[in-house]
Amino acid sequence: MQKAVKRIYMSIVFLFLYAPIIVLIVFSFNKSKSRGQWGGFTFDWYFDLFKDRQIREALYFTLLIAVISTLVSTIVGTIAALGISNMSKIGRTVVLNINNLPVLNPDIVTGVALMTLFISTRIELGFVTMLIAHIVFSIPYVILAVLPKIRQMNKHTAEAALDLGATPAYAMRKVIIPEIMPGIISGALIAFTLSIDDFVISFFTAGTSVTNLSILVYSMARRGVKPTINALSTLMFTTVLILMLIINKKTDKGEDIII
Amino acid sequence: MQQRGRGRIAYPYIIWMAIFIVVPLILILFYSFTEGDIHNLKDLKFSVSSYKKVLEPIYLKVIGNSFVLAGISTLICLIIGYPVAMIIANTDVKHRNLLLMLFLVPIWMNFLLRTYAWMSLLSPNGLINRLLLWLGLPKIEIMPGKTAVLLGMVYNFLPFMVLPIYTVLSKIDKHVIEAANDLGGNSVITFIRVILPLSVPGIVSGITMVFLPAVSTFVISGLLGGGKTPLIGDLIEQQFLSSRDWHFGSSLSIILMIMILISMAVMSRIDKSPPEEERRKI
Repeated sequence: MQKAVKRIYMSIVFLFLYAPIIVLIVFSFNKSKSRGQWGGFTFDWYFDLFKDRQIREALYFTLLIAVISTLVSTIVGTIAALGISNMSKIGRTVVLNINNLPVLNPDIVTGVALMTLFISTRIELGFVTMLIAHIVFSIPYVILAVLPKIRQMNKHTAEAALDLGATPAYAMRKVIIPEIMPGIISGALIAFTLSIDDFVISFFTAGTSVTNLSILVYSMARRGVKPTINALSTLMFTTVLILMLIINKKTDKGEDIII
Repeated sequence: MQQRGRGRIAYPYIIWMAIFIVVPLILILFYSFTEGDIHNLKDLKFSVSSYKKVLEPIYLKVIGNSFVLAGISTLICLIIGYPVAMIIANTDVKHRNLLLMLFLVPIWMNFLLRTYAWMSLLSPNGLINRLLLWLGLPKIEIMPGKTAVLLGMVYNFLPFMVLPIYTVLSKIDKHVIEAANDLGGNSVITFIRVILPLSVPGIVSGITMVFLPAVSTFVISGLLGGGKTPLIGDLIEQQFLSSRDWHFGSSLSIILMIMILISMAVMSRIDKSPPEEERRKI
């Protein structure tokens, strides 16, 4: 009896969670333009999607910004984390508290604050400002992912390497970096997903010359319905799903990284 | 010497932080306390007029609305999410990961697409209404409106409530629960006196993780509320993007930040109280 209640409850919750997604996917193959009517099966919207220059451009910017901001924030964040762990206690507390601001602040405040900075300093909003903004909100997460690994690391290993004649750069490359690699990888993964998924901060810092997929979906959804959005969502969803399944499978043996 | 030298490699990031985290927030604070043409710094004068504007009844109502809607959606998430977390935590290990995965898959879909999906479900000629019509039931017209906004918030943020509670529940020592049962506690008493207090940290972070994005959103209210129920996020967005009143927008941002800081301070107090109580008992 209790088991049945649990099953029914979970089924209702899952129905609630999946209904909109399933509807989007089903209607991406719908011939009729209306959202409520089934007009037969078609791939048209997918072809339209690839013909649409706006969507192609948005996809390009989304991926380009995600890749660059992930690379930059992972490298800068790791170096910063290594430095922070060697700072005095007061310095570390101050830096970490400021570092946490973009994590704790609502996205909209981070977005408008950066926009204010760019416009006040007469920097034109566009690709560069959006990229900077993505790096700004990604680095804190990389630092938060890498720092615990540095803390767990045995300090004497690095000292031993130096005593045995390794140069600091060599010790860094051969001893410290491999030791904190899991933290760096999960930091990079978080940075990448955050960048791909971000809407609010991009919306305020992109200006009118560039759009990423999120901004495009927002403006399309406000203007009215276009079945191509359904096709786009289906593609994006399956891509992320496949990526996540691969990541989860790879990390299954070690730690679970669930984002 | 060696140690201090290595601290220096953080300096470039500290400068970066100063420019892109600290300065923007100071600018917001600066604009919130001034008035005049924003493009002419010399023209700006100290003023609290934009804070006075926040206190006007229409805007107070918007701020109140945001907190009420975010609060209600957090409560609904807690009520729906707690049992979900408990059921997942009590499933055997083999099926647990699958259930958890199934629960997390929807949040891998872009936030805007998920909200957009609800637009097509809830619209006056949408699928739900067609289904109701087919069943001979009356139409529901909740979109655009408050109910649709609430639904969007619960839908988008429910996983953020379930995850932290699940994490805490799955770490509770099973022997503690067995001990409670052995000592004569029935399942209701065990839940109220043992499981619930032990899961407080999870509940607290769940509440924070749902409330924060809910109270500051402008996407959900923009798409599902259709401008009928503006929230503080919509107001801020308008000030910066359409009406260009940065002073008012900045004051709203500062007020939003302060209110969030206060609610987080309150939550972390609740989180810390159980260990203190325990210490007093000992």
